[in-house]
Amino acid sequence: MKDEEIIDHVLVPKHKILDKKEIETVCKKYGITVKDLPKILKDDPAVKMLGAKPGDVVSIERISSTSGISVYYRTVI
Amino acid sequence: MVMIDKIKFKLLSPKMIQNMSAISITTSDVYDADAYPVEGGVMDTRMGVIDPGIRCKTCGGRSGECQGHFGDIELAKPVYNIIYIKYIKTFLTYTCNSCGAMLVDKDKIGTEKSISKLAVPKTCPSCSEPVEKIKFERPMSFKKGNHVITPEEAREQFEKIPDEDVKALGFSGGRPEWMILTILPVPSITTRPSITLTSGERSEDDLTHKLVDIVRINQRLLNNLEIGAPEFILDDLWELLQYHVSTYFNNELSGVPPARHRSGRQLKTLSQRLKSKDGRFRHNLTGKRVNFSARTVISPDPMISVNEVGIPEAIARELTIPIRATKDNIDDLKACIMKGPDVKDGANYVIRPDGLKKKIIDLNKEYIMNEFSEGYIIEKHISDGDIVLFNRQPSLHKMSLMAHRVKVLPYKTFRLNLTVCTPYNADFDGDEMNVHVPQTAEARAEAEQLMLVEQNIRSPRFGGPIIGGVQDFISGGYLITKEGTVVSKELASQLLFKVGVMPELKKESYTGKELFSFILPKGLDVEYQSNVCRKCNKCKKEKCDNDAYVKVVDGQFISGVIDKNAIAPFKGEILDKIDLDYGHREAVIFLERVTRLATEYLMYRGFTISVSEEDISDAVKKEINKFVDEHFMKVYALIDDFKNGKIEVQPGLTPDETLEGLILGELYEVVNKSQNLIAKEAKENDALIMAKTGARGSIQNLTFMAGIIGPETVQGHRIFRGYKGRTLPHYKKGDLSAEAHGFVRSCYKKGLSPTEFFFEAMKGREGIMDSSLKTRISGYMQRRLVNALQDIIVAKDHSARDSIGGVIQFVAGEDGIDPAKSDGGKLLNI
Repeated sequence: MKDEEIIDHVLVPKHKILDKKEIETVCKKYGITVKDLPKILKDDPAVKMLGAKPGDVVSIERISSTSGISVYYRTVI
Repeated sequence: MVMIDKIKFKLLSPKMIQNMSAISITTSDVYDADAYPVEGGVMDTRMGVIDPGIRCKTCGGRSGECQGHFGDIELAKPVYNIIYIKYIKTFLTYTCNSCGAMLVDKDKIGTEKSISKLAVPKTCPSCSEPVEKIKFERPMSFKKGNHVITPEEAREQFEKIPDEDVKALGFSGGRPEWMILTILPVPSITTRPSITLTSGERSEDDLTHKLVDIVRINQRLLNNLEIGAPEFILDDLWELLQYHVSTYFNNELSGVPPARHRSGRQLKTLSQRLKSKDGRFRHNLTGKRVNFSARTVISPDPMISVNEVGIPEAIARELTIPIRATKDNIDDLKACIMKGPDVKDGANYVIRPDGLKKKIIDLNKEYIMNEFSEGYIIEKHISDGDIVLFNRQPSLHKMSLMAHRVKVLPYKTFRLNLTVCTPYNADFDGDEMNVHVPQTAEARAEAEQLMLVEQNIRSPRFGGPIIGGVQDFISGGYLITKEGTVVSKELASQLLFKVGVMPELKKESYTGKELFSFILPKGLDVEYQSNVCRKCNKCKKEKCDNDAYVKVVDGQFISGVIDKNAIAPFKGEILDKIDLDYGHREAVIFLERVTRLATEYLMYRGFTISVSEEDISDAVKKEINKFVDEHFMKVYALIDDFKNGKIEVQPGLTPDETLEGLILGELYEVVNKSQNLIAKEAKENDALIMAKTGARGSIQNLTFMAGIIGPETVQGHRIFRGYKGRTLPHYKKGDLSAEAHGFVRSCYKKGLSPTEFFFEAMKGREGIMDSSLKTRISGYMQRRLVNALQDIIVAKDHSARDSIGGVIQFVAGEDGIDPAKSDGGKLLNI
């Protein structure tokens, strides 16, 4: 499979880079700083696709059978 | 107050060891002729005291006041500290032995490659001396070519290493030369107390024995050095000293014979004190013995409440709850004191406001009662209605420890309602359980609100009831509600009275379904397929021929029967519905009513099975034999095909495997057909009722007893082990037929032939091995998971957090649903 296709695969949840304002909202909501967020490696295939750099925060929208969509945030290291 | 921010563990420097030492040990003698500790021996009283009355020579404290003082042994020659042998190897390998400079580029460590991947150059980059490869000779020496590096040489080299290089090599525990011991700290006597046996003989701690060994060899080495003994004697003694010091730290080193006691028992030295299940951590710190607890055998009592636990009187008189006297309760408490310590609902101690604790005895109870006033605390026996925690090991889930209300009962066992056997996984073949008594009002309130049995009906594992009717309760429920059960007015009133429901009975006789409706809550509506359902293609709903479709409208039992799917743990639909719609309290009341009604009815009707229940008609027997013959022919045909190479090989399998799969399929077909036949033909008896309703046993068990056992398998294959080419000498080599590889044509009732019995035993042995291995492996897996996950909590904002507040999940479980308050994991529909 080509790298570009990875992100379109049904089993890969939707990844998105957050802008500064969104990061601030998330951090404020949970009372934490960016470095307290769960981490994701910079060479994770989905992160490479997005072109996210260390320090960026990506949101991941996962499909859940009980709650529809659940959003998860991870900081790139 | 000073807050401890962090703790750092470092090596002790020889100087520090000397500074903290109260005495230097110089003699291997321990006691003199008068059994008094020798000065300068390992039991010198300057290292602390353990005998009462004697004062410590260092601090002047008595036993209990003086916590002990370190001593030291100055080693005649340095030895490696075996615990750091790996780090010693690192330093020897990566530093120059002549100038102490680092041999590899320190900027590269940890950034590009791990140190083990960096090549060591041929010559030292700073002093250009040639570098020779270091070889680690297990367990505790190093060789450079043929030369053995002595600890002395290693220490000299380490002293030259600059501090930055030490840091660069990833070592933060102090100076590397401290890993090579020149002076050994001797723990205080309180660390290694000697025990005086009843015979007056003293028995020393293992550590003391080991220290004596070290001192003795050390002294000998010292003497030999002084007199200038030959090199080989010195080397031997030095090696012996290294051995003793190493086993003093760890007596389970690989490649080192463990130091032994005179009796041949292995000595328990420093590492062994801390390690594993019986070590300091798991034995004394994580797990401790507790007060206010009791343990005894459990037995069943279907008449006590689900929320109750029966406590034997003798235990109730021993376990207490502290209660402070107020103007509202003082009269009750005085009555407790008057009853004294030996009567149920009495009291054992009274604590005055100034803290003085007085034991109540029959002689002083009146005196104490007169003195007793508000503000006093009384340690009262536990009595009916008090909250206690009840636990059965292994505590695998939160329902293994639940709060119960006390019911003090005669005799010597804990009594529990049978419905809570499932969460505790308890039976009554000698199981023991523990009781703990919460001591504060807060703890009792918390236990009652969060841990009471009724709060735990719904398991967080699957969001359904884990408490429910089992075994006889299910058979009983079925017999009451099945079509054709009619009870007279007298019997109905009798049964309902025992249950505790007393409606006005207007009719002369009642059907079982009408009787059961009396114990259902008003307004209950449920519909589901019961366990006796035969899964027809088209469900006829309440007009089911087998009466398997349960319909309850407004608390009236319209159709169907009570069975596993109604009241049992994991499945009980009616129980589940009542718990969801009416609350835990109502669910418990229903459960108690059902179980009592079922037991009472069973006792009236009688319920038993006998060997004759496994009788099957000759026609069925014949039919089963026909199945066997039929499929045996097919097996022979398959074998013939295989031998002629006509078999169609399945993908991924060898021809042999294909044949085995096909044969096994044919043979299982015999059992399946027989099972269906027996299910269809058997007349309804008590054994079948249990199987059908899910109370106990299965149709397969009945088939094995009455019909046929079929192929025996080990690890999913027919039996092939035994002699070369055959399983038993009764068969020809290479015989692939069903009988030769473990087909059992008999049933348990008829009995097995000798060869069949042999195969059956092989399968039985596998079953036993499997279950014991599985519990062990899954038990350890459980332990690791619990240790990894135990401090992850759901925070106030519904996020899952670890112990330092880091986010694990932004919404706990991705949906924020508490499964213990859900309907099968789904959100409740309110």
